[in-house]
Amino acid sequence: MKQEFTLSIYSENHVGLLNQVTTVFTRRHINIESLNTSESAIKGIHKYTVVVFATREQVDKLALQIEKKVDVIKVFVFTADEIIHQEIALYKVPTEALLNGNEIERLVRKHGARILEVTTKYTVIEKTGHQYETQELFEKLDHYGVSQFVRSGRVAVTKLDQELLNEHIKKLEDQKTLLD
Amino acid sequence: MSLETLQITFKEDKEMGTDNIQKKRMTGSEAVMQSLIHEGVKMIFGYPGGAIMPIYDALYDYHSQLHHILTRHEQGALHAAQGYARATGDVGVCFVTSGPGATNAITGIADAQIDSTPLVVISGQVASPLLGTDAFQETDVVGISQPITKWNYQVKNVEEIPEAIARAFYIARSGRPGPVLIDITKDAQFAELDFEYKKVEKIRSYIPVTKTDEEKVAEAAQLINLAKKPLVLVGQGVILAEAEKDLMSLLEKTGMPAAWTLLGMSAMPTDHPLNVGMLGMHGNYGPNIKTNDADLIIALGMRFDDRVTGNVQKYATNAKVIHFEIDPAEINKIIYADVPVLGDIKESLPMLVEKVAANKHEAWVEEFRACDRIEDEKIIKNELYPTKEGLTMGEVVRRVTEQFNDEAILVTDVGQHQMMASRYFKFKHSRSVVTSGGLGTMGFGLPAALGAQLGQPDRAVCVFVGDGGFQMTIQELGTIWQTKAPVKIILLNNNFLGMVRQWQEMFFDKRYASTELINPDFQMITRGYGIACEKVEKREDLDGAIKRMAETDGPFLLEVVVEKEGNVLPMVPAGAAVNEIRLE
Repeated sequence: MKQEFTLSIYSENHVGLLNQVTTVFTRRHINIESLNTSESAIKGIHKYTVVVFATREQVDKLALQIEKKVDVIKVFVFTADEIIHQEIALYKVPTEALLNGNEIERLVRKHGARILEVTTKYTVIEKTGHQYETQELFEKLDHYGVSQFVRSGRVAVTKLDQELLNEHIKKLEDQKTLLD
Repeated sequence: MSLETLQITFKEDKEMGTDNIQKKRMTGSEAVMQSLIHEGVKMIFGYPGGAIMPIYDALYDYHSQLHHILTRHEQGALHAAQGYARATGDVGVCFVTSGPGATNAITGIADAQIDSTPLVVISGQVASPLLGTDAFQETDVVGISQPITKWNYQVKNVEEIPEAIARAFYIARSGRPGPVLIDITKDAQFAELDFEYKKVEKIRSYIPVTKTDEEKVAEAAQLINLAKKPLVLVGQGVILAEAEKDLMSLLEKTGMPAAWTLLGMSAMPTDHPLNVGMLGMHGNYGPNIKTNDADLIIALGMRFDDRVTGNVQKYATNAKVIHFEIDPAEINKIIYADVPVLGDIKESLPMLVEKVAANKHEAWVEEFRACDRIEDEKIIKNELYPTKEGLTMGEVVRRVTEQFNDEAILVTDVGQHQMMASRYFKFKHSRSVVTSGGLGTMGFGLPAALGAQLGQPDRAVCVFVGDGGFQMTIQELGTIWQTKAPVKIILLNNNFLGMVRQWQEMFFDKRYASTELINPDFQMITRGYGIACEKVEKREDLDGAIKRMAETDGPFLLEVVVEKEGNVLPMVPAGAAVNEIRLE
């Protein structure tokens, strides 16, 4: 059965690594629903957060194939209940709509969004949350004419007490001393 | 050296202190030569061109240490390097230029990737300011080769050359081997650096070999001790790990029968009483049909390719599976492993041998021999001792291996002759086969044989090619002639793309679409290249011609006109179960 998975992929920060990672998805016809890259808590280690719809078997095999890349350090696979995750959305609406009554301001407050910038022509609203939440706000704001809407890739941290990456790196070091 | 440069050298030496006094000023191109020498490279296969000319210029001064083989096409250079690597166990090294040079190398890189062959390919690239401008002979070879290399890297800064090459060799040869491409811009080849070489022995993000879990080995031993009908599957992993002796110890202690994949061929002697033959689509009857009778499969360094498993839903239906494997991504990829044993088989097999109980499986092995008698009667007898007039591929293969006392290295191209050679060539020694398994690259054979011969000058190298594949890289006859490599080429000519024709006959109602060839005079072509040759059309001429071929000091081409519409049997049709193997 297909379900949503979030992959946390840790790698060295080299040119072209994103391409290395995404070709593994492409080759297996697994669509990337959302993608975010940034530096991790450890300097020099990059984190990719990827959301896919796939079966458990598909995603486990996918993870091993990604880990096979020499510059990839580790891949962790999570289901939604194992992580805390957020996405950020920006909405651009005409300022004129704001001036005709206070409905937009009410929506912004109700949805925990905020106004980032107001000019005479347009207003930019920001909301952080799960995808269904940012989508809901979009649908409501669109009654007033959203001229631009964009949602970021998912970012996620685990709910675990222990830190998987740190433990993995420690294990790597232990293993290497064993082999030495 | 001018006074000015002398002064600079002196100043630098003083600044760097005594520790770095070893550092030598040189160009990036010379650094490539020095790095290769540090890695123990003796031979390079390649083809020059604009973007790699500085490297070739540096090579000019190193010809006594680095022997360069100029092939006639970059694809030939790659396959020759593969042949060299597979026959010697060393890393094969190639030089190619940018653009078409690099793209011509792609087929060989892909072939090496899927067959786990260690290669380091160094490609020239346009100067760094021109990158991304569609410059003359610019291609994004790093992007193109990314999915088919174990690792690749573009060097734009001359200082990176030694480390990039050190990493390349470490990655290519460690763990599950594979091809690595290093793309070096022309300006980096010209620029200078203070050269110092440090071998790479660790990369943080890369675990080449997992340490074997002794508990898993114990679990495997327990399953083996309880099994009534165990079957060992031998893959190339055994050869790559040089664990052939450990394999023999395992078989001889437990009495388990062992079958082999195409790339596991020659890991054990053909005539060993526990060797029950080849697996897969055109493998032997016994190991295929008995896979579904076995109660335990012990897979050693093999990856359950679809040509081995047939229909995976109906594969090894009564068996538990133990999988010894170096690559974690292979575990459960195709066939679920009840007991996976990750790690280097050179480490894990001796552990297993120690833990298993001495045993015999005479009745079970006899079941394979009973299958052999059926296969012999229905197929092998007719192939090796035909009563019909036309020569068969099988009889030619068998006469050739016998002429070389079963001690030659077998190289093949791809197609019917490849399967016939695999079925009927015989082996006494390991590391005696070079064939394109995973990719099935027609045109592989001739250049691969050249590389194998140059890597193993004291062994006889016999390459079987069909009339189709031969013409894909026929120009490498020129390289064979130039190097005088005494390769014995056996051209099995049926004027057909035989394997495709066989499938058309069996599965496409004999609609022979674009498979019949009107061939040139191969004798005239071969003579044009200065290579000795003979053509045999009748059975009574075969033995004499093979003997003359074997007695020729240099290269030789023996063309044998074989039956036009011979088929390779048995056959597990694509999608069928292994025990649905067809004898006719």
